[in-house]
Amino acid sequence: MRELLRDAWLIARKDLTIEFRTRSAFFSAVVFSLLAIVIFYFAWDATAVAAIDLAPGVLWVIFTFSGLLGMHRSFGVEQPDRAIDGLIASPVSRESIFLGKAIASLVFIVAVQVVAIPAVGLFYNLPLSGVALPLAAIALLAAIGLVAVGTLFSAMAVNTRLAELLLPMLALPFFVPIVLPAAQATARLMSGRPVGDAVAWLKLLIAFDIVFVVACTLAYPYTLEE
Amino acid sequence: MKPTPLTIAAVVAVVLTYIRVIFFTPLEALQGPAQKILYVHAPAAWVAFMAFGLVAVASVLYLWLREDRLDRIAESSAEVGVVFTTVVLTTGPLWGRPIWGAYWTWDARLTLTLFLWFIYAGYMVLRGALDDRATRARYSAVLGILGALLIPFIHLSVYLFRTLHPQPILMKPSAPSLPTEMLTTLLMAFASFTLLYVALLRARYRYAVTRDGAHPPEGHGAQ
Repeated sequence: MRELLRDAWLIARKDLTIEFRTRSAFFSAVVFSLLAIVIFYFAWDATAVAAIDLAPGVLWVIFTFSGLLGMHRSFGVEQPDRAIDGLIASPVSRESIFLGKAIASLVFIVAVQVVAIPAVGLFYNLPLSGVALPLAAIALLAAIGLVAVGTLFSAMAVNTRLAELLLPMLALPFFVPIVLPAAQATARLMSGRPVGDAVAWLKLLIAFDIVFVVACTLAYPYTLEE
Repeated sequence: MKPTPLTIAAVVAVVLTYIRVIFFTPLEALQGPAQKILYVHAPAAWVAFMAFGLVAVASVLYLWLREDRLDRIAESSAEVGVVFTTVVLTTGPLWGRPIWGAYWTWDARLTLTLFLWFIYAGYMVLRGALDDRATRARYSAVLGILGALLIPFIHLSVYLFRTLHPQPILMKPSAPSLPTEMLTTLLMAFASFTLLYVALLRARYRYAVTRDGAHPPEGHGAQ
């Protein structure tokens, strides 16, 4: 178990170093999020619908799509020169390759959230300061689920003829039980309801995370073998 | 491909069922003729669930036993399941429009069925996007299993949006809530649709066998 986590961390660090040195995906995901915030604002009549009614939905749609952007890169970076073969040949277990990839994507998504959540609060003039902590918890729980499913499908999609198109097609149905509770819980918190009102939704998120982190880690080796 | 006795029997059973539905089953007092769509809708939904259940079972068994046959069963069952899900999603709105006043509502069951369609449509696209037979079998088995795991989660999350769908008629603790004549017709519809499913599954499976035989796997990675 300790070895698994240590190897996973090694692989995550490799991916994060690549990302940190190039900053290509992170920068585009942040700009994408800001653009989406702006576009959404003009997509509805701001005099008829209050920003607070739409913000939770906007937030979660943005995370879903910017997350897909990052996840596509997760295994995309291993495509040139078939670098994935080097990873498979290295003395680490296949589960730790998956966990490492997932940890790197998780850091990526959380970093995007750290920029995007305050930006939504700022642009839409929302009272976020009072709910910052529970909101961060929801964001993290949702990000774990997104990353588990997204990493597995990214590993499969890069080897197909339809790579970019297939990842959202496979992953989005799996994001429903994440986005729905996360947006509902966010809406409850933002409208000033007590945290207890969001507990049922949080439980659903936690259950999803546990089931799919385990299932995807176990399923990943089957997508590799030659 | 010549129709097998099974296919003929299935088609005859479906035709007989609908003769009974149209001419020998009484009209429902409140809904009128619209209610007759139940005899298509409910058995199609039953078959779709059965088909996707078989996909999950065949997928688990494939990853365990690595039998090409199991992959072909999963492939065939998914395709037939998508066809029946399409029937459910078409007949439902046709009934919903006169009875509910809307073609579509975001009711828990409707949403779940729609997502079933999305998951297994994705499953078919994934299969089409992979050339190597062994890779295709493994990837689609993984998706077949994860799809089955997803269903309870979608169901739970959309269930919290209040449900508008008619409640179960047959599979419930108390006695079935249909007059005997209608119940007999409905059961006939379930039986004939199940027969049709088996016939379609077999026809699709035979096609897969013929196709794989015509394109034998080449070189590595396809044992």
